[in-house]
Amino acid sequence: MKAAAFAYARATSVVNALELLAVHGDKAKVLSGGQSLMPAMNLRLLSPEILVDIGGLAELRGIAMRGDVLVVGALTRHVDLLRSPEIALNAPLLRDAVSHVAHPAIRNRGTIGGSLAHADPASELPACVVALDATIVARGPTGERRIAATEFFKGIYETALSPDELLVAIEVPVIGQGSTFFFQEYARRHGDYAVVGLAARAVVAAGRFSDLRLGFFAVGDRPLLAAAAGKLINASVNPGLLAEAATALTNELDPQEDQQATAAMRRHLATVLFRRCVAALLARPELEMGVAK
Amino acid sequence: MTVTHPPAETLSVLDRPNSYIGKTVPRPNLDRLLQGRGQYVSDLELPRMAHVVFLRSPHAHARIAAIDADTARRMSGVIAIVTGRELEAVITPWVGVLSHLKGLKSAPQHAIAVDRVCWQGEAVAAIVAISRAAAEDAMEHIAVDYEELAAVTDMRTALDPATPVIHASLGDNLAFERTLDAGDVDHALSESEVVEAEFVFGRHTGVTLEPRAVVADWNAAEARLTIYQGTQAPHMVQNIAALHLGLREAQVRVVCKDVGGSFGIKVHIYADEMATYALSKLLRRPVKFVADRIESFNTDIHARDHRCRGRICVRPDGTITAFEIDDLTGIGPYSMYPRTSAIEANQVVNLVGGPYVTPNYRARARVVFQNKNVMCQYRAVGHPIACSVTEGLVDLAAAKIGMDPAEIRRRNLIADDAYPCASPSGMKFEQLSHHSSLAKLLQMMDYDALRAEQAALRAQNVYRGIGIASFIEVTNPSAAFYGVGGAKISSQDGVAVRLDAQGSVICQTSITEQGQGSEALTAQIVGSMLGVSMDRVRVTLGDTDNTPYGGGTWASRGAGIGGEAALQAAKALRRNILDVAAAILQSTPAGLDIVDNRIVNAADSVSRIELSELARIVYFRPDTLPPGIRPELMATRHFVPRQYPFAFTNGVQASWLEVDNETGFVTLLKHWVVEDCGTIINPQLVDEQIRGGVVQGLGAALFEKCIYDERGQLTNANMADYLVPMSGEMPDIEIGHVVSPTQESELGAKGAGEAGTAGAAAAVANAVNDALRPFGATITEIPLTPQVILTSLGRI
Repeated sequence: MKAAAFAYARATSVVNALELLAVHGDKAKVLSGGQSLMPAMNLRLLSPEILVDIGGLAELRGIAMRGDVLVVGALTRHVDLLRSPEIALNAPLLRDAVSHVAHPAIRNRGTIGGSLAHADPASELPACVVALDATIVARGPTGERRIAATEFFKGIYETALSPDELLVAIEVPVIGQGSTFFFQEYARRHGDYAVVGLAARAVVAAGRFSDLRLGFFAVGDRPLLAAAAGKLINASVNPGLLAEAATALTNELDPQEDQQATAAMRRHLATVLFRRCVAALLARPELEMGVAK
Repeated sequence: MTVTHPPAETLSVLDRPNSYIGKTVPRPNLDRLLQGRGQYVSDLELPRMAHVVFLRSPHAHARIAAIDADTARRMSGVIAIVTGRELEAVITPWVGVLSHLKGLKSAPQHAIAVDRVCWQGEAVAAIVAISRAAAEDAMEHIAVDYEELAAVTDMRTALDPATPVIHASLGDNLAFERTLDAGDVDHALSESEVVEAEFVFGRHTGVTLEPRAVVADWNAAEARLTIYQGTQAPHMVQNIAALHLGLREAQVRVVCKDVGGSFGIKVHIYADEMATYALSKLLRRPVKFVADRIESFNTDIHARDHRCRGRICVRPDGTITAFEIDDLTGIGPYSMYPRTSAIEANQVVNLVGGPYVTPNYRARARVVFQNKNVMCQYRAVGHPIACSVTEGLVDLAAAKIGMDPAEIRRRNLIADDAYPCASPSGMKFEQLSHHSSLAKLLQMMDYDALRAEQAALRAQNVYRGIGIASFIEVTNPSAAFYGVGGAKISSQDGVAVRLDAQGSVICQTSITEQGQGSEALTAQIVGSMLGVSMDRVRVTLGDTDNTPYGGGTWASRGAGIGGEAALQAAKALRRNILDVAAAILQSTPAGLDIVDNRIVNAADSVSRIELSELARIVYFRPDTLPPGIRPELMATRHFVPRQYPFAFTNGVQASWLEVDNETGFVTLLKHWVVEDCGTIINPQLVDEQIRGGVVQGLGAALFEKCIYDERGQLTNANMADYLVPMSGEMPDIEIGHVVSPTQESELGAKGAGEAGTAGAAAAVANAVNDALRPFGATITEIPLTPQVILTSLGRI
């Protein structure tokens, strides 16, 4: 379990990193926190010719409000998300999600940009940025472009990034008044990849959803923004409507079978999460009881 | 922790002044380990040391048509590439059988496969290079031409005529079969309610923190092989290595310093370790093998892959009238060497029904070959199977007749005053304490209050369950385990103690340390017996050149057997010291004692002479001693149990948990254990051994499983997919004790290492079924995954 030999370059600036990526193309891998990349290399599942280490690029680190947009640098570590007052105030969903990401040792090294660029369909942060309607900022040889989170994830470990681009930041719109969040996942053990998970952002007024974004994960090849949520917006939610929406949800899902769960189990768990989420967001515990005894 | 001591009739040697016995004292090796000064084989570097990596078969069963290593051989850093055929000239194959397991058969196994591979992960070639990375680079350039053969993977069809026979010379895939018929089961069947179930156990493994590791160093000039290995049984390794390398045992030294966990995984002889010894001899230089995590999953022994059909007969008054089992287990392609892979099934037959009175018991166990990794003894061998089957059946019987699970046990457990007695399978019990243990458990958990809480919560759609599991545990094995079957595995252990020239004590013991506290308990016993403070006792273990001959640490034997040897050796040295002291002080040995590192008057404790002064006189001024006095400040004693083949212990566990009936996830809320291991030497070490064992049992209950596909591929050989229990999911584990010392030794200690593992899964399974009772679901399969639970509830 030793990585095959590889070259290593420590980027001195974003420009320098982009130059290196331009030279090496898909023979290079960007090293951020290394929490997924290094195990894959040690298992020889990946053997890049060169690692471009962006770990020293302070310009990519940090959390700041810019107007009503929260900007999170790509190198911001999970532990920083967990502890940041700006995150707690403006995007508590990220904080809640990160506490489910692996374990402290991994959260101390792993970065939000690395997690999003890795695009594991069972990981938490991709679903969060989809639910938060965030924008991914990428920089390439020809400049910067902004990609909606909903357009960013293309499949298992696949994103809209091209090999010569670097993910530099995440922009999260902050809604403020009335917005509320929900995060929960079912994992075999705390810190494991989810069997099914849900990151949600809602705007609730007078007991109704005026907005509801449900980002499911581990239910397909990428995070899923559930269209079924639309059935509950500006509607009076009752068990019948909830059941109808849950049925619509299962039709949207295309879950994989793996060692933790069959596709049927994932569908089932997604509907349980869905009901529990809606009940929690509306503070109506009675909506949780959906399964006939 | 609560400890119940029986009233002491007389003071024993354990009650000496300032005794460390029964006290929680820190382990002497803690500072060394915590300061990073442990000496693990993985860290060992020797001059000219090479590293070996094994190319392993990707197929479960295949013929090796050709191996092309030409390119790899020319790669930078490569020292040698060796195939099974080439290594055959250095090391002979072996067959893992024991003569007392009648009919047990297996085929010759080679250090590296010759012509044919029989499981995915079997070594096909060894790549020896200057570093592990260089060897792995070269490995990618070896081309092996395999002709795939049909793989036998399902134990249920392994004996079918249509299934290929893995070893043609054996005639069939049946490794071992044992039947037992005691009492009158047929009569019981005819006159009782009968409940039947099939219990399915997931194959799992030990997952030691430090993987298997060995450095073999053949010194051609001395014609001597030094093996540095993380093993539980150094003398066994010495014997086997010598036997198969054509050496005398005196030509092999086995050194075992710190070991990063063993759990029975490291008590066996593995093919890749044998290959490493042979490679060192072949290449005349030190060779290091450290298994990586994937290799560990594919080659460390697996265990517990059983399907056991069980029946229990019960009368309406709760009297259990019979147990019957039919156990089937698949052990991989070879019976493991030298302890064999029939022991677990044999143990299941021995132990089912063991805590209960009924004399009627019928059993069959069949052990079959298959093309998967080898199975063998792992912590609590057979016990979790036997306990889960027995206790699962008892709960089913209780449900059938509408009796409380605690009450049916009360009515059927062997009475505490019925000993000595024997089980229907012939196990001899010296003194067990099932009833006092159960009573203590129910009191610790406040059973009635918990039942009330459970009922109240059900009304709120919260489903919690209580599960109880009584168990017996085999500890302190005599020669009956292996010696009688012809294996050169010692069941006796020896301890040598000597006083040094400044009055400190050096102690060499043949038991080994893998974190259990062998060093601590030895120092506690020796210090107590000698009247020497523990900081003056230095314990050496794990070196065949420098310890007495003995078995090592496995089967919960270190404290009971090695501890008694330490006690007797220290007593002998004490007598010798007092003889000299009497001569120096013109007193009598009986008139003197040793307390706090000095000789005192036995009668009034007045200090007479420091041990350091006595040692000075003996070693440097023997001319001043009276004529005829020949001091012997070293003593050696060995011990092995003779009266009972095993010192059985007993205990009972309980689990309290919640099942989310919509998601199938189980939350463990609390776990209780009451255990009777006889004399407790160090309460904290005993309790933590039990907790660790419980956690491994909880892993089996909820998480751990080696998942093979139908082609014999292990599909979750990594720490992300093979789920070990982690602290976040573990409940508080409360431990209580009942103490029934064994009379076979002065120490009275029985084993405690496996009790936790023996009953934990059974308690959890019973609790899950208790929680699911309102839904009419019963599950007799572990691990109890959300998928299994949701399926049973009909949710998916």
